[in-house]
Amino acid sequence: MNEPVPSAPPRTAAMPATEAELAAMIRECDARVALTGGATRHIPQTGPEAPPRLSTARLTGVTRYEPGALTLVARAGTPLAEIEALLASHNQRLPFEPMDHRVILHRTGTPTLGGMIALNHCGPRRVQAGAARDLLLGLRFVDGTGRIVKSGGRVMKNVTGYDLARLHCGARGTLGVISEVALKVLPAPEAVMTFTQPQSDPVAATHTMSRALGAPFEISGAAWDGAQVLLRIEGFAASVRYRGAQLQSLIPDLHPLPHGHDPWPDLRDVRALSPLGPDIWRICARASHGARAAGRLQAAGVQVMLDWGGALVWAAAPPGTDLRAHLHGLDGHATRLRGTAGDLPECAPQSAPVTALSARLRQNFDPKGLFQKGSL
Amino acid sequence: MDMPAPRTQVLQRRPDIIAALRAVLPEDAVITHETGLRAYECDALTAYRCAPMVVVLPRTTEEVSAVLQICHAQNVPVVPRGAGTSLAGGALPTADAVVIGVARMTQILEVDFDDRLMRVQTGRTNLSVSGAIADQGWFYAPDPSSQLACAIAGNIAMNSGGAHCLKYGVTVNNLLGVRMVLMDGTVLDLGGGHMDAPDLDMLALVCGAEGQLGIVTEATLRILPKPEGARPVLIGFGSSAVAGACVSDIIKAGILPVAIEFMDRPCIRACEAFAHAGYPDCEALLIIEVEGCDMEIDHQLALIRRIAATHAPEEIRESRSAEESARIWLGRKSAFGAMGQINDYMCLDGTIPVDELPRVLERIAALSDSYGLRVANVFHAGDGNMHPLILFDANTPGDLEKCEALGADILRLCVEVGGCLTGEHGVGVEKRDLMGVQFTPDDLEAQMQVKDAFDPKWLLNAAKVFPLAASAGRRG
Ligand SMILES: Cc1cc2nc3c(=O)[nH]c(=O)nc-3n(C[C@H](O)[C@H](O)[C@H](O)COP(=O)(O)OP(=O)(O)OC[C@H]3O[C@@H](n4cnc5c(N)ncnc54)[C@H](O)[C@@H]3O)c2cc1C
Repeated sequence: MNEPVPSAPPRTAAMPATEAELAAMIRECDARVALTGGATRHIPQTGPEAPPRLSTARLTGVTRYEPGALTLVARAGTPLAEIEALLASHNQRLPFEPMDHRVILHRTGTPTLGGMIALNHCGPRRVQAGAARDLLLGLRFVDGTGRIVKSGGRVMKNVTGYDLARLHCGARGTLGVISEVALKVLPAPEAVMTFTQPQSDPVAATHTMSRALGAPFEISGAAWDGAQVLLRIEGFAASVRYRGAQLQSLIPDLHPLPHGHDPWPDLRDVRALSPLGPDIWRICARASHGARAAGRLQAAGVQVMLDWGGALVWAAAPPGTDLRAHLHGLDGHATRLRGTAGDLPECAPQSAPVTALSARLRQNFDPKGLFQKGSL
Repeated sequence: MDMPAPRTQVLQRRPDIIAALRAVLPEDAVITHETGLRAYECDALTAYRCAPMVVVLPRTTEEVSAVLQICHAQNVPVVPRGAGTSLAGGALPTADAVVIGVARMTQILEVDFDDRLMRVQTGRTNLSVSGAIADQGWFYAPDPSSQLACAIAGNIAMNSGGAHCLKYGVTVNNLLGVRMVLMDGTVLDLGGGHMDAPDLDMLALVCGAEGQLGIVTEATLRILPKPEGARPVLIGFGSSAVAGACVSDIIKAGILPVAIEFMDRPCIRACEAFAHAGYPDCEALLIIEVEGCDMEIDHQLALIRRIAATHAPEEIRESRSAEESARIWLGRKSAFGAMGQINDYMCLDGTIPVDELPRVLERIAALSDSYGLRVANVFHAGDGNMHPLILFDANTPGDLEKCEALGADILRLCVEVGGCLTGEHGVGVEKRDLMGVQFTPDDLEAQMQVKDAFDPKWLLNAAKVFPLAASAGRRG
């Protein structure tokens, strides 16, 4: 399997230290730039043809953290690890459980806050707490004309003006360079329990997960790793015990994992599929559609895993295989996250009106085409 | 408050426009007579009124599209309308506008408990969405106090919140997809039964865009199993500052109540006189509700009691039964009605960082004194969304203007301490001209460019959200 590819040393990249510097640099650009956060996703091109690099590596630091107000504001280049450590020291956390893409992409590099927002990261807790976009309170960015724009703020309820902040979640840096991010954080739970049920069929697994998620026990993780269903409950210890017992009486053959055994980081990072493939696909679908898709792919010999109660399918496919061929009628979309063979678009095409609107928005925010191929 | 002058070219062509609309709609779906139109002259911001040129009440997405194609071709302004409960004047028409009301689009298209979603036409009221799945033990989480009347359409346009959004989030966190019609009649779907957009999150953009980007005709909503139970506790304090500190401590302790509501003395007294809920006569009062099974509720309420005890509460009243819970909520839920009994009032909606609460309450009191108008405070304390109610007398000349000036000062204060102009009611026409307090010209220009992409002719609800001077060049 591939060796981890070290991120290119950011020495040759332009590294503004302030938002104003960033804006000034962007105003000077007239052709494509390669935008990097922590360089965990794409390897910057090298050679004379390569676009100049622009990095947020020096736009760092937590500017405000109010544990009592559950809010954190930090510059976009701040390493995620730094933020998670700070929150942990106050017994709080990022509720959406951001995935570490380095595992599946075989990269080193330092995940940053800006990259996390631009890719709308999340993890198994998506079913309960949402994704990065759901906890995003506001952000500041510099668009392709060098204009500094803020949207949202740092308060929990805010409907003042259009939500340009969430528009950046998943935009992969194509609308501008995020410079600062405000997030809602939440307390870490007192206790966690995980239950498993042996199961080799994805449709049956999704059925089980639906039953659990349809009961009032606040499941904070519902995944299937190919051999078993895994269900997670978090909260105050007494409550976790109670809900666990209720869940066991609702779903047959359900057993608690022993204490100290936490399968969720590996599930979140899809570690089990990482050595396989070599192509890795991420399919986001309505839960029952995800289950069916997983069943079809499994029958076709593709290795699959499920998260989000079936609404997220991970698949490890032979090189260059277009899994979209198996996904007719899918309410959802499939992305090839890893793999270069074959001429496959990373993202599934969208409807004509949506494509047209996206193009117009990008044209407005990036008229010089600086950020065409988002690369965070 | 100004509105743009009606376009004479449109008014002159009224008969032709009506004929074109009648050609694509059933007879009963086009309202043109004066008395019929008057019912649409305002929303819940009743200080401003203007009857529209025509009202149409389509039943399908195709009908909405047909109407929009006509209006687009003929450059007729359009104002979308749900149930007309906006407190910001979001559904206020102009005299040259076609109001497209979705009130007849009330069908439930699909309910799927396995996939935890439901698809509805957006004219359906918020409460009847939850009502349709309540028997099976499910609910739709966002619950604005207006839920009996307001429609999902307006909830999406305003990104509405509710008493329980501290735990469950607001509309944008519970919306999976929409079918919408652009101003030129193009029908498109954003999102669906799946989570996460494949590219730009335009669903989040449309949610809260106050009907300026398109008319939303169908929505896919995330639904949740109802908790086993819920119970509130009422805690009275000798000062607002102490109540604020107690809220902060509860949150820091890792407890996540579904609701933390705050009322100050003027509000408590008015509610007491109106609803006789038996509230203590104290300076500030919190209603905190937690959810779960009995054991979980007991556990969380014990923690809350312990924290409250460190703040010398004047009274702690824990509900022991459904009736007691109802009584605790009774006063809070009738707060607006109670204030309406004793006075005309204007309801503000700014949000502040939770830790600024004591300071902001003090400054509001000082502002209230200097204007000589009373202010009562009732709000969602857990997330800092304040609802100061300014009491005034509509029959006293100049009082409304004074009230609006005080309101503007309070909203400026919210922005100054790091908050925003509106937490859930929206900008509409009411806060339009204050947008420059919170946003730079560049911020506003960026937002207006989004509208350019969706509605290049600026025909859809165009006199809202942005200061008229800022949008003038675009509105044509
Ligand atoms: C007593 C009272 C209590 C309230 N409590 C709350 C509360 O707790 N939380 C809260 O958030 N709000 C509250 N509100 C405000 C109001 O109820 C909400 O803003 C509600 O979502 C408006 O819904 P509506 O259907 O009445 O919309 P309308 O008033 O008809 O319209 C609101 C906006 O939506 C646009 N719109 C309507 N239909 C469409 C459509 N199909 N497509 C696109 N745009 C459309 C309109 O143009 C307008 O800008 C309250 C209002 C009142 C009167």
